[in-house]
Amino acid sequence: MSTAPADEIWITGIGLISSLGEGLDAHWQVMAEGADRAAPIDTTRFAPFPVYPMAPLELDKQIPRRADQRQMETWQRLGTYAAGLALDDSGLKGDLDRLSRMDMIVAAGGGERDLEVDGQILAGLAQGANETFLNERLINDLRPTLFLAQLSNLLAGNIAIVHKVTGSSRTFMGEESAGISAVEIAARRIRAGQGEVFLVGGAYNAERKDMLLSLALGHMLWQGGDVPVWARAASGNGGVVTGSVGAFLVIESRAHAEARGKRPHARLASVLSGRSRRKPGEARAVAERQLAELAPLLGSEPLAVVSGASGLAAPTLEERAFHEGLIADGRVAAVRAPQSWIGNSLETTFPAQVGLAALAVSRQGFYLPKGDAAIERPFDGAPRQVLTTSWGFWRGEGMALVEAVD
Amino acid sequence: MGVTRDHLGRPVVAITGMGVVSSLGQGIDDNWAALTAGRSGIHRITRFPTEHLRTTIAGTVDFIFPEEVRSPVLSERLAHLAADEAVAQAGIGSPGDFPGMLFMAVPPVELEWPARRDLFAAASSAEGDAYDRMIVRALQENDVDAYEFALYGCVADRIADSFGTRGSPVSLSTACASGASAIQLGVEAIRRGDTDAALVIGTDGSIHIEGLIRFQLLSALSTNNEDPTAASRPFSKNRDGFVMAEGAGALVLEDYDAARARGAKILGIMRGIAEKQDDFHRTRSTPDGSPVIAAIRQTLDDAGAGLDEVNYINAHGTSTPENDKMEALSLAAVFGEHIAGIPISSNKSMIGHTLTAAGAIEAVFSVKTILEGLIPPTINHDVPDPSIPLDVVPNVARAAPVSLVLSNSFGFGGQNACLLIGAEPA
Repeated sequence: MSTAPADEIWITGIGLISSLGEGLDAHWQVMAEGADRAAPIDTTRFAPFPVYPMAPLELDKQIPRRADQRQMETWQRLGTYAAGLALDDSGLKGDLDRLSRMDMIVAAGGGERDLEVDGQILAGLAQGANETFLNERLINDLRPTLFLAQLSNLLAGNIAIVHKVTGSSRTFMGEESAGISAVEIAARRIRAGQGEVFLVGGAYNAERKDMLLSLALGHMLWQGGDVPVWARAASGNGGVVTGSVGAFLVIESRAHAEARGKRPHARLASVLSGRSRRKPGEARAVAERQLAELAPLLGSEPLAVVSGASGLAAPTLEERAFHEGLIADGRVAAVRAPQSWIGNSLETTFPAQVGLAALAVSRQGFYLPKGDAAIERPFDGAPRQVLTTSWGFWRGEGMALVEAVD
Repeated sequence: MGVTRDHLGRPVVAITGMGVVSSLGQGIDDNWAALTAGRSGIHRITRFPTEHLRTTIAGTVDFIFPEEVRSPVLSERLAHLAADEAVAQAGIGSPGDFPGMLFMAVPPVELEWPARRDLFAAASSAEGDAYDRMIVRALQENDVDAYEFALYGCVADRIADSFGTRGSPVSLSTACASGASAIQLGVEAIRRGDTDAALVIGTDGSIHIEGLIRFQLLSALSTNNEDPTAASRPFSKNRDGFVMAEGAGALVLEDYDAARARGAKILGIMRGIAEKQDDFHRTRSTPDGSPVIAAIRQTLDDAGAGLDEVNYINAHGTSTPENDKMEALSLAAVFGEHIAGIPISSNKSMIGHTLTAAGAIEAVFSVKTILEGLIPPTINHDVPDPSIPLDVVPNVARAAPVSLVLSNSFGFGGQNACLLIGAEPA
């Protein structure tokens, strides 16, 4: 997918919440200017795993009705909140006519379980309860509304109810790949005239033991302190630190934005999804092909890179070697890894990175190095083009190019 | 991308292969024979104990794989069978090398009770809560399958590996509209020229105890347990809820000219697609039906089809009081006086509600309806609902030429997706 001037895609709204804070200013101030983060990493509540918790939010600001808040679990509240920020930022909040034609692609996993109920049932089962005990307890103890708060597509449903986004609505699943495909397909649809304006993104609540249990089964998680991804990857098998993040983007055709007098943060020049089976070298080969596809779009300045390196040793070291090769060739100037700041947010990871890439372009600066200076090299000045990469902790390799609009 | 274009100048999307598994059987032939004989696949649940449950019936697919497996494993197996049949019929690519993209509707996943129970039982730690103990145990194990099948992308990833589809597979969920959404994504990709072919699948093997109880707690399920085959009664006055069921439907979609060029038999044409998100409530539709009405109208517009061209409607028809009333109201609003002359039937009267798979399975049956000129009935229609004055093809299949089918799929969360499927030639 490549850009012709006539069918440019603009990023006109970004809604971002994480442990760093709420909104674009908060993220810029922490990641580019060295301000304090809103919420420190939590190394005790979910020990042995550290987690980047969500910054405190006033939910009423984006989800005015308490009844709506009560109908959601945390991940849906985070997503609905971030979607509201993106709509505010794009100037489309409350524009019911345009919202009724706005298409939505949400990248989502599933909702939280009721851990207390699960614990009581497991204790009962362990004490030799008969096999109908499970039925009886589930019927009596599960809240009817919990199911709706768990369903993957109910984040989209809640965004429709709260913010009135009522074009088409799809929910993609599948960890980081879901977020990559969501942004890619939205961009492809705009370019092909299958929609003019999209709300794309997701939300992940990391502060939940049910998901940590699933990830622990795969030995994916880092145990220890607040360590940048490069250092984690250099220690044994490394590991992922998950973080609570909500990230939504408003992307639209240039014509649609100009018709309503809206200037963009940045242009979304290209988005590419990919997949390998992750034998050594395969993910890098995907990335090499993606970069070759982007080559006609690249300017002469070395790129700033927002990397989705997770801290898991194998993919992180392979991706690092890819970037170091590009640095040696003078094609990349510097690499930053947001997961060293906000953690991995699974489906939300890629939309958040595209948002951070667009933010850097629009603020005409780049983020502070964090950790290993050999890869997180200094970057002065204003990046014209930011490349963002996402290699999922399990599968999926994505790449996007975001560039300045004059 | 070929030269044949639709009324909006877009590439035409052909259907060249289909496969299906349901509680009625494996494969199109067995399913079609049962479906047109008015046979139900609904039966008593034997997979797990049903004590204390208000609903003890379902359309589980138990006849293929005797051993108990976790839900995503069954979902993958059902998808694999349906896709095998579809790809073989299309005669496209070679085994393990499908020359196109994969769009797949899959049920949400999580660790299930047997896995949790085993982890908890094996935990040596007594510190912290149940999850702390299970986590300690999980870190001592190395069960790759348990881990991977708890990932949301796993089922589609394995299907992509098996069939050798191109690019990154898309796993999606739009609740009970998921199967239709998968088809829509495939149609859009071919219309864009992103791919000449797409394998689109909807699969659901997720009937387990907690899943059933969740729907029971929402009062969504039929409790007509006495005669399981008579429980699903779409559009009847005495309908009282849907019957959960399993299955998979798969279709091979292709650029029309690419399919013709390789000599493929074209089974049908994906003429129009559309969807419209409702913003009224998490489980209920806007009372005036406006989002459903908009979805149907946009689908007709997308196809460039007039009201009088539609000669069969494959209803969502879940057998819940709410859905069937809303669907009937919306169809009457869109089609006006034409509605009296359009037969409408619900496959769910026989196969139950296959949830994530429903839109794909019912699209397969819609194409089959066109090819055979035989409309499957709505069975269990003994007490008509006077507020639903539709021709629901009661109880007995009907021979009739069918050239354009509207297939409806609606889901919790305000999802409304429609397909218009036409006969070849395009």
